[in-house]
Amino acid sequence: MSRRVFPSLFPEGSPMTAPSAAVAAEPLLDLQPEDRRARLRHVLRDLGETGRLWRLCWTLGWLDVKLRYRGSVLGPFWLTASTAVMVGAMSLLYTTLFRIDLRTYMPFLSLSLVLWGFIGGVVNEGATCFTAAEGMIRSMRLPFALHAARCIIRNILVLLHNVVVVVVVFAIFRVWPGHQALWALPGAALWLLDAVAACLLLGTLGARYRDIPPIIASLMQIFFFISPIIWRPELITRGHAWLQLNPFYALIEIVRRPLLGEQASAHLWRLSVYDSVLLWTAALLLFMRVRARLAYWI
Amino acid sequence: MDAFPSRSDAGVVVQDLHVTFPLYHGSARTLRRTLAKVASSRFEQDQQQRMVVQALRGVSFSLRPGDRLGLVGGNGAGKTTLLRALAGIYEPVAGRVIVRGEINALLDTNLGMNSELTGRENIALRGLHAGLTPRRIRAIEDDVQDFADLGSFLDMPVRTYSSGMVVRLGFALATSVRPRVLLMDEWFLAGDTNFMMKAQNRLEQLVRQAEILVISTHQLDVVAAWCTQVLWMDGGTIRLQGTPEDVLPAYLADEPAVEGDPARDKAEAG
Repeated sequence: MSRRVFPSLFPEGSPMTAPSAAVAAEPLLDLQPEDRRARLRHVLRDLGETGRLWRLCWTLGWLDVKLRYRGSVLGPFWLTASTAVMVGAMSLLYTTLFRIDLRTYMPFLSLSLVLWGFIGGVVNEGATCFTAAEGMIRSMRLPFALHAARCIIRNILVLLHNVVVVVVVFAIFRVWPGHQALWALPGAALWLLDAVAACLLLGTLGARYRDIPPIIASLMQIFFFISPIIWRPELITRGHAWLQLNPFYALIEIVRRPLLGEQASAHLWRLSVYDSVLLWTAALLLFMRVRARLAYWI
Repeated sequence: MDAFPSRSDAGVVVQDLHVTFPLYHGSARTLRRTLAKVASSRFEQDQQQRMVVQALRGVSFSLRPGDRLGLVGGNGAGKTTLLRALAGIYEPVAGRVIVRGEINALLDTNLGMNSELTGRENIALRGLHAGLTPRRIRAIEDDVQDFADLGSFLDMPVRTYSSGMVVRLGFALATSVRPRVLLMDEWFLAGDTNFMMKAQNRLEQLVRQAEILVISTHQLDVVAAWCTQVLWMDGGTIRLQGTPEDVLPAYLADEPAVEGDPARDKAEAG
């Protein structure tokens, strides 16, 4: 007594090929253990449903930011304020220590720190994006990518608050990237795609192995120093090949260089695309395999 | 077996459903020792030598429009797990779950409500969860306001509410989305008598529209009053299935001390 019970209800092919529109709109939940192709379809449906729930993603992400600062005088602008203090302090420290020109270093540093803040936020919070949504996951069926989207939207909003600092610094030092800055847009699009994959991959790992989030946090601290964030990649004269193994190097450069009015080489773009394909493959393979089990792990 | 009389009717079919929980977190070693003492047949090691709990073992049943199913059984019998499986939260490890019709599950006391947000904001959030448009959310807001009767508390954070108010809000919200398949855990029975009368009216209104209700509870009078079918769960399997007149006497004879306390404890904890 298996599937043959339902021939009249679920004709061969898609169960959604119903005769009338009214019936087709009827939600149907049909769950059973799946083979690889069904799993892939289910993941794609998960992503599609998340897209349809964009209003919810947006609201949740925004509420996360708002609630963090509810009751404080500055509200989310505490983000802006603390970034401004950090940029100011680090610029003064490094320009004095290493006798660098503040005029060129401070715009570079402000942009780098703000961009890295986004990357670090997505990666660190991505590792807990499912475990943090435990209550929601256990109380209703929702697409899992929704939690990834929430994490990304939250970090985009944080980024937008921090961008104010960069704009002010650029204005003070009269830095104008010109039309070159438009090249940051495809870079940002790639970042967005990578952010989704990173959240799905790390969130899944973090749900299964609770040691992952703290490991990621300490790894990201190391990456902050070994990636060209507070220093320019041109400073590395020997062993440049090693730098290319750092996935953050190329990804940062394709967005940062255009915004500083410089050109991001085709080589940097190639590296970024390789990294992204690798990341997406890993994320897709893992998420496909364990999506149905995630609720059990939370 | 004619599962669903027509394509557009709501319906539930559960076939040989197995749900198994892996025990990854918590101290595996001490847990294992404890389990050895309990020596329960529901714990076993799977092929990869992981410890697992078999929460549901081969559950099968089907429901048609108008059916009101009561789940009874001791704590840990698998009632809540079954509700979550019906809601699509736990996907089957083996077997199949088919639910036709919009589902709404009242499983957690706070329903994914954010206690820092006001009642009104939570209504909007809940509407967004259901994928509703802003216009429909406003309609729901009025409906909930009418039923939950929170007055000016609607614009206060939910953490300032009494537990009864949270339940009223949650119940009004869940039933305002007009689910065709309504899944309920026992917590919502924590309301006062006045609320229970109102809840019953509203719930019966829903079920009169030929929809499906699955409710898990320890309060057998509720089962007797509201349900047309009873599923007696025991150790992750169905012990007995039938009308309340058939099942409840047998259940009472087997477990005379079940009524009362557990439901109340759970409600107070939440």
